[in-house]
Amino acid sequence: MSTSVFTRLHLRDRIRDRDTAVYSILLILALVFPMASIYATDGTALVSQATRAGTFVLLAIGLNVVVGFAGLLDLGYAAFYAIGAYSYALFASTQLVTLGFGEIVPQLFYNFDQWTGGINAVGGIDQPTLPAWIQGPWSGDGPFQVVRNFNFGGDPVAFYVLICILIAAAIILVNNLYRSRLGRAWMAIREDEVAAAAMGINTVTTKLLAFGIGASFSGFAGAFYGANVSLVSPDSFLFIVSITVLVMVVLGGMGNISGVIIGALVLYYVVYYLIPGLPENVRSLANSIGLSSETTRSLADATQHLNYIIYGGILVAMMLLRPQGLLPSRVREQELKHAAVQEEEAAVEMEHAT
Amino acid sequence: MSLPDFGFYVLCATAIVLLAAQAVIHPGEFVQVFIFGLTQGSIYALVALGYTMVYGIIELINFAHGDVFTLGAYVGSAILGFFAISEGGFTTVNLIALLLVFPAVMLVMGGINVAIERVAYRPLRNAPRLAPLITAIGMSFFLEGVMFLWHGPATVHFPDILPKAATTVAGVFFGFKDVFVVVVAAILVALLAIFINRTKLGKAMRATAQDRDAAQLMGIDINRTIAATFFIGALLAGAGGMIWGLYYNTVYYQLGFRSGLIAFTAAVFGGIGNIPGAALGGLIIGLIAAFSDSYIGSKWTQVVVFGILIGVLVFRPTGLLGMRVPEK
Repeated sequence: MSTSVFTRLHLRDRIRDRDTAVYSILLILALVFPMASIYATDGTALVSQATRAGTFVLLAIGLNVVVGFAGLLDLGYAAFYAIGAYSYALFASTQLVTLGFGEIVPQLFYNFDQWTGGINAVGGIDQPTLPAWIQGPWSGDGPFQVVRNFNFGGDPVAFYVLICILIAAAIILVNNLYRSRLGRAWMAIREDEVAAAAMGINTVTTKLLAFGIGASFSGFAGAFYGANVSLVSPDSFLFIVSITVLVMVVLGGMGNISGVIIGALVLYYVVYYLIPGLPENVRSLANSIGLSSETTRSLADATQHLNYIIYGGILVAMMLLRPQGLLPSRVREQELKHAAVQEEEAAVEMEHAT
Repeated sequence: MSLPDFGFYVLCATAIVLLAAQAVIHPGEFVQVFIFGLTQGSIYALVALGYTMVYGIIELINFAHGDVFTLGAYVGSAILGFFAISEGGFTTVNLIALLLVFPAVMLVMGGINVAIERVAYRPLRNAPRLAPLITAIGMSFFLEGVMFLWHGPATVHFPDILPKAATTVAGVFFGFKDVFVVVVAAILVALLAIFINRTKLGKAMRATAQDRDAAQLMGIDINRTIAATFFIGALLAGAGGMIWGLYYNTVYYQLGFRSGLIAFTAAVFGGIGNIPGAALGGLIIGLIAAFSDSYIGSKWTQVVVFGILIGVLVFRPTGLLGMRVPEK
């Protein structure tokens, strides 16, 4: 008995260690990335890309609440992303961007407060004052000149900083939710709905809360997207977006926030950077090897036509190699292992019996 | 009668009254649209059966199924190219080609689907539930990629080899093609029903869908049964692809994504896991789509189809005919 408690404590420590490591690496990367990329490429295109990747991270964190915590399947996730972007576009088309954000975001957070009293730890995100405290010591002509004066009109770095702050806030929020009474209720439903209902959990309300909170993140990300791109069209919110975000969550490791972030970043890189850039890379590689221009062109064309196959192949291969995701939730991993061992033992026993 | 049931009947009654009004005002147009909806619905029914069978047996939304359907049309058009078919009229060669190619395409698609199951789904049978869903999405992209590589992004012509005979009865136009589509689909669904209800393998499938562990204890080879399910689902999808090609004479590589989604909707509509439900759901979705195309406007069709789906699921969560598998 005492050993099991001990191993569990030990396990919790290990989870915390790994998460700390992942978050530290992510934090350092997030800080270094804009400076390094601006220094290296002399432009902010890469920072804009990173901002867009950040939007997907936010989406994935939200969907993780639905899919990873509560074990539900949500294939209409992009709809809320669209609603967020559109309501932002409608509210803010004539106002200052920051004000528009102030219009939308407090509403979302107001809803959060209404739903879950246990997450007051994130009271620091007081949106209406966000513009004021963003213009902290690093703006102006100080030593951190990279971030000049947070002009949301055209400065990609401003949006980059904002999405980083939003992601950090989302991580804290979701972590607290995970450890709250509601989070435990979600996990209970995920593992066994009947047992959860028998323990007095209102399964309908709890599931609705998972959908609602997940959708809030999506709408939130949509509002950010609308502000960032300043052009919203239905094409940006097709079914394929829901699928992509779902793949990000499953690929990263359902239920584990740090894993989901890694999954979102990796898949964003693959879908929007690696695969579209592949023909160009093949061309330059073929050139450097010294193939004729004819072969080079045909090779590049062939690669372009292989886009779908490569993406599909990557998805299948990733899932076959790591069905539990890149960084699975340690707790769930242990549970799965435990179940597998039990099943094996049962099978062995059955064989003995026959 | 409970409130949800009441709502469901009110919804149905309103739709029927509105349609009946149209039928009385313009009977010719109504019947014409009805025939078109019936043909479209027959194809959706064939595809929906594959979705529902796979979902019933391993609880997987097989996203690749719509692409198997499209690939059927691609393969059919390729094999038909080997015959000296004439697109001008119906010749003996056309008949022979049709009789040979139709089952051949079905078998090829069955084989491909079994291979997909073996590679992408079977290794993940004990993995988290969403892992095979992701490989299904991956296989869907893969198949789309194969078709893209094969013929590029443009639409592909499918040989027009059916007789062009057509008659006009009381202002309603219908051709041999319409009859062909509905009759072939009806025959296939009837064969499936016989197979599921009368054969030993069909019984094994039903048992596996109900309780996999218990079925295994009864000596049923689970892997073989699941492979057979995929095989039969793909037979129907291949037939659907052939029929689609023969009827519309044009296919494109992303056809499976859109029509697969609608067929899946049809399966959910009829009660996912329920085989007669999928056939009925396909027919009804086809009819709804056709009526909404002509009476409301084609740009609203998707909204109407999915809106009705949501309506039905709100009032009757298990779909029209209910789930075969009882709740735990």
